[in-house]
Amino acid sequence: MRYVMAIDTRKCVGCSDCVVACQTENNVPVGFCRDWVVEVVDGTYPNVSIELRSERCNHCANSPCVRCCPTGASHFEEGGIVLVEHNKCIGCGACIQACPYDARYSHPEGYVDKCTFCIHRVREGKDPACVSVCPTSCMNFGDLDDPNSKIVNVLKNRKFKSLAPEAGTKPQIFYLV
Amino acid sequence: MREELFASGRNIPNIDPYLNIWHWQIPIYLFLGGLAAGILVFASVFYLMGKEEKMPATVKKAPMLVPFALAIGLFMLFLDLKHKLYFWQLYTTIRLESPMGWGSWVLMIIMPLSILWSASYVSEIFPKWDWKYQFLKDIEKFLIRNRKFIAWPMAIYAVILGIYTGILLSAFNARPLWNTSILGPLFLVSGMSTGAATIILMSKNHKERKIMGRIDILLIIIELFFIIHLFMGFLAGSEVQINAANLFLGGKFTAPFFVFVVILGLIFPAVLEIFELKGYKVPIVVPAVLILLGGLIFRFLMVEAGQITRYLY
Repeated sequence: MRYVMAIDTRKCVGCSDCVVACQTENNVPVGFCRDWVVEVVDGTYPNVSIELRSERCNHCANSPCVRCCPTGASHFEEGGIVLVEHNKCIGCGACIQACPYDARYSHPEGYVDKCTFCIHRVREGKDPACVSVCPTSCMNFGDLDDPNSKIVNVLKNRKFKSLAPEAGTKPQIFYLV
Repeated sequence: MREELFASGRNIPNIDPYLNIWHWQIPIYLFLGGLAAGILVFASVFYLMGKEEKMPATVKKAPMLVPFALAIGLFMLFLDLKHKLYFWQLYTTIRLESPMGWGSWVLMIIMPLSILWSASYVSEIFPKWDWKYQFLKDIEKFLIRNRKFIAWPMAIYAVILGIYTGILLSAFNARPLWNTSILGPLFLVSGMSTGAATIILMSKNHKERKIMGRIDILLIIIELFFIIHLFMGFLAGSEVQINAANLFLGGKFTAPFFVFVVILGLIFPAVLEIFELKGYKVPIVVPAVLILLGGLIFRFLMVEAGQITRYLY
């Protein structure tokens, strides 16, 4: 099992619904977020192109955050989901330094927090909150190891990229371009 | 032209606009760790060479500072933790992949070693010292007889501790300025140089100061080569590493780095020490204090600048 996300940058309108859904679903404290939308504008008027990306933890297959965690609080769950066990986290900040995507933050209660792929929903067979609310259905979530899943089909038929693959982290969120 | 912005308005404290999750505690800890490592390396090596009586400050006096330096350093680490009450979990897990994990174990080993070493010399340095209880006196006798068995592991673990202060940073692939293997040796040499400076400050013996001064000059030359090597490596590297080097070669860290670290912290004290060796009268406090300050500022700059550097995508 390998959970991944494929996000269509051509369908995303940058409404930030995914961000709000995540904050509500996961009780993210005010001023923090586990996902965010980046807008990249290239070129000068009138020749401009725009790319919108809903970004979050990449649940890397070669996670520097899991590797550098001194207590094992950052660990892999089923399907390669990277999770932080709050009661094991000492708040040393090593994983925050190790993440090339700045996807982690220090929760006001002390531990480090980040996207969980809504593992509590996934275990019930549902999509993560961000995926389920997307009004343009630009986000796909699924199991890469299941050849019949929708996500495998999407990734077969579209060109895609991942963020900073040169960092060697093997990120598992793919952006359809 | 390219413009990037957060459409969802992300502004997380200590993460945006650039990372600043490690504050002043970490460089102080790295400095004290390097200093302690330096002193212990010299103490154990000179002891094993049989120079105990010729180098009293190196072998006997300076190591007395080490338990205090390490205790303050560990306290700094503790202050840096955000989930403080859970800190003990560092010592219920062994994770060799995590530099912070094995580093905290190295500290747990070298701390008692340095305390035992200091305890075995305490009555010699402070003649009025009284252990009061017979069993403590017996332990002292036992320690004095078995110093050799403390010196060997202490020398090895001190080198590991010195390198660890660099590896703690260099293990982070995501921070290009830190992500270079030269950082371990560089921090070790810098730590040994600050250790040598501390010993020079504490020594009242002219011959001993001369020996440590010579060693210090050599260490400074090695350190300067390592710094050149560091930037050469960056400039021959990928774009993120070139950007990291440019923070120090024209960017906002250029002036503090070259003025306080390279010139005032390394070259100037080395020149003063050379003059001293040639027989000129130089107050020894000046180069020693400059080396200590240079080492401290160097760590502050590396920790601060490293957090700014990142991958681009």
